[in-house]
Amino acid sequence: MRYLPLTGADREAMLDVIGASTIDELFADVPESARLDGPIEGLPLYASEMAVERHMAALARQNQTAGDGPFFLGCGAYKHHVPASVDHLIQRGEFLTAYTPYQPEIAQGTLQMLFEFQTQVARMLGTDVANASMYDGSTACWEAIGMARRITRRGKAILSGGLHPHYVSVATTMAKYTGDAVETSVPTLNADTDIDALIGAIDDDTSCVVVQYPDILGRIADLKPLADACHAKKALLIAVVTEPVAMGAIKSPGEMDADIVVGEGQSIGVGLQFGGPYVGLMGCKEKYIRQMPGRFCGETVDADGRRGFVLTLSTREQHIRREKATSNICTNSGLCALAFSVHMTLLGEAGLRRLAGINHALACRAADRLAKVPGIRVVNDSFFNEFTIDLGKETRPIVRALTDKGILAGVSLGRLYPTVDSLANGLVVAVTETATEEDIEALATALEEALA
Amino acid sequence: MTINQSGWRPSAPEQGNATAPTFTGNKALMLEEPLIFEIGSTDTTGVDFAEGDVAGSRLGNLSRTAPIGLPGLAEPEAVRHYTRLSRQNYAIDLGLFPLGSCTMKHNPRLNEKVARMPGFADVHPLQPVDTVQGALGVINELAVWLIKLTGMHGVAMSPKAGAHGELCGMLCIKAALEARGEGHRKIVLVPESAHGTNPATAAFAGFQVEDIPATPEGRVDLDAMKKRLGPDVAGVMITNPNTCGLFERDMKAISDAVHDAGGYVYCDGANFNAIVGRVRPGDLGVDAMHINLHKTFSTPHGGGGPGSGPVVLSEALSPFGPLPFTERHADGHITLVEEETVGDRHPHSFGRMTAFHGQMGMFTRALTYILSHGADGLRQVAEDAVLNANYVLRSLDHTLDAPFGDSGPCMHEALFSDNGLADGFSTIDVAKGLIDEGFHPMTMYFPLVVHGAMLIEPTETESKAALDQFIGALRSVAERAKAGDTALKTAPHFAPRSRLDETQAARKPVLVWKDPEMAMAAE
Repeated sequence: MRYLPLTGADREAMLDVIGASTIDELFADVPESARLDGPIEGLPLYASEMAVERHMAALARQNQTAGDGPFFLGCGAYKHHVPASVDHLIQRGEFLTAYTPYQPEIAQGTLQMLFEFQTQVARMLGTDVANASMYDGSTACWEAIGMARRITRRGKAILSGGLHPHYVSVATTMAKYTGDAVETSVPTLNADTDIDALIGAIDDDTSCVVVQYPDILGRIADLKPLADACHAKKALLIAVVTEPVAMGAIKSPGEMDADIVVGEGQSIGVGLQFGGPYVGLMGCKEKYIRQMPGRFCGETVDADGRRGFVLTLSTREQHIRREKATSNICTNSGLCALAFSVHMTLLGEAGLRRLAGINHALACRAADRLAKVPGIRVVNDSFFNEFTIDLGKETRPIVRALTDKGILAGVSLGRLYPTVDSLANGLVVAVTETATEEDIEALATALEEALA
Repeated sequence: MTINQSGWRPSAPEQGNATAPTFTGNKALMLEEPLIFEIGSTDTTGVDFAEGDVAGSRLGNLSRTAPIGLPGLAEPEAVRHYTRLSRQNYAIDLGLFPLGSCTMKHNPRLNEKVARMPGFADVHPLQPVDTVQGALGVINELAVWLIKLTGMHGVAMSPKAGAHGELCGMLCIKAALEARGEGHRKIVLVPESAHGTNPATAAFAGFQVEDIPATPEGRVDLDAMKKRLGPDVAGVMITNPNTCGLFERDMKAISDAVHDAGGYVYCDGANFNAIVGRVRPGDLGVDAMHINLHKTFSTPHGGGGPGSGPVVLSEALSPFGPLPFTERHADGHITLVEEETVGDRHPHSFGRMTAFHGQMGMFTRALTYILSHGADGLRQVAEDAVLNANYVLRSLDHTLDAPFGDSGPCMHEALFSDNGLADGFSTIDVAKGLIDEGFHPMTMYFPLVVHGAMLIEPTETESKAALDQFIGALRSVAERAKAGDTALKTAPHFAPRSRLDETQAARKPVLVWKDPEMAMAAE
């Protein structure tokens, strides 16, 4: 067995040292009734590398990939070009096969990278500080709501209708168990966001307002009036960014005085991967760091006075605080954070702004082209690289039909909001730098035919 | 012909030369590396883009005007920066990584290759399900393996990591209790030796945590636990094999007693590697158990995640599991049961734990690993893991104090204490001494029930020769610590950094880089 180095002779010699005559003696504490005599029945046995690769490749071939043809899906996961060096670097064994950097003297590589990551994330989101990453955007969003409860000592969170429905679902699931009250709504297919309604809903019990920027339909709203309204009532504003590339084109939530900003970092460096693993981004104002969940990397010095980095503020965490911890979260998303950070370093500010500009320009062109298709109404006045169209009839069958032509047309709102009839005709179309003019034309033509 | 034609031969350096500082601060292959903020520039990019008009006009009057402050590097500089950083890390690829309870085993590279197949890596989670039958096939096939290996009834695949899996299991228990009208059961019993995530998770799920005492031999005190059971107890969270490296012999009796008292049994599956293929937790009465794919099934730890924590569930808890999950039909077609399609078929689900469907990239790796070993190979994994740990235990129990050495064989990890070290010396000094010997230290000061705990988990992917070298090194360092060798107090001496000041880091946290000039101007 290629992953097991012990030989039969080794095993005999080791049993001698241990003073046991058989391996079974080492399992003597397992009650007889629970011991399995041999391999579990009905499962395949050992297989060669070639055989396993063949099996997995056959499964992989059953999927239509984003690179196979015109592709326009977004809604929390985006297809972007990732430079080849990103994947090369994250496969360095010293990164890939390292553990959480609990022994900082021999983990400065991971630690310095995390310190750089935290700084990059804080600057992108416009926050004072950021942590060393969370599982993903949806769990980071829920953690932010819990954080707001601890800071304000209030238990009502108001969620914008423009928040990704999966994020809403995670929050409402968790709130059932923590006793938080969560107010939710669903979006409507028009250009206006629900900022005004949110402002009106804030009261003295409100811990936070959670708003996605750009929102699930792609709309962009100024968060400053909302932040001011929150602060007037001593509530916090939590902003959620599911497409961080947008920060190259638009103001960050932190610049508009959001208190906590969370995000999904998948867009930069990580890739689609059918939904995971991704990397949650989380930043906040400095005064709130001791209520923040997750790992922090901090700067310090070693015994010889040289700069070095360590995991810090761990007195918030479960391995120290146990049932009094700020969160039960233990791990971060280290390798995805590395991918994000490497890609971000390759882009730099100039590259990020250029990338964002290309995304927006292509999306504008796609929106203009689709607006010319009879029966299509573009919902958005404002958007970054993702906008919503109203097809005038149910989108799910149309999206499925377009897959037969090799076109992955976008995300049907009917899939995300199966019980909301008013959204069944909505289709969210994301256009990144990977889309070509031909792709946009193919989508428009196919939709024209489908709606004819 | 030899390469050296000059006739020069190496000789020992004169005293002092070896420690003279270098101009760069580098020491040959040990290279110092600045931060990207010190070497990069916001005008530099390592990525080329198409030319063309990028004038955007529909940004809702929120166009970015202020600079962000993100430095860029050209590709050669970026590759060099991260390669240099990588070399300051210890990793399994470099040597034995005996962190108890963390299962640092070899990460097969076939797993990485498979995860990067475009059919898995370049697929969007919200594509129509007809276009992702292979991806759903991976989830389904892995789910079947996990159910059969554990002898359980169902599995929730979406939890993102071990602690998230714990939360999933505890929320299933909460939902099941509420469905029975017994939501008033608030107490969860947790052994003192448990991972910190266990009490943190129970508290998060709205339970109150009470300790279960241990017996002198390091196991759950069954009688004491039975006495505490009652109508206010929701269940127990037990790690098996436990964090002292021992199998809980009374596990079935514990489960039976908890069930008789109306509670549920959560098993922390962090240590499943010791028993995979030899014991099925379902046969021991477990109701829910998370499986760390990054431990037992070799997905890489990546310097701190991503993890993946599917939770296997008993028949009693399966109806309460979260969305989404896969369903394979008689014709082989696989559907994804989520909000869109669930209808009234899974009415008791407690909800959703994460966007999308879980850690797909970890599923492909874990399934690849499982198929490579097969049912027989996985059994051998457990046997070799346990054999290696017992070999370490019995090779060192004359040198170090093994508090449960008389409790019988250990499972996959060997536990020692700092009893017997010289006054003023503790586990951390042994650990830092091991760093100089070229090893990552063992888990320190955990479990809390043992003074100065050293928890060593070699895993099955170490050869006897590697173990012998590690044992020799640890024996040597331990002897020095027993003799009071003060050089250990300042170890490590040969690592990229000496001991770091964690107190300063926590007292005045510096979590982001600030330009020194700007920082000074601000003050």
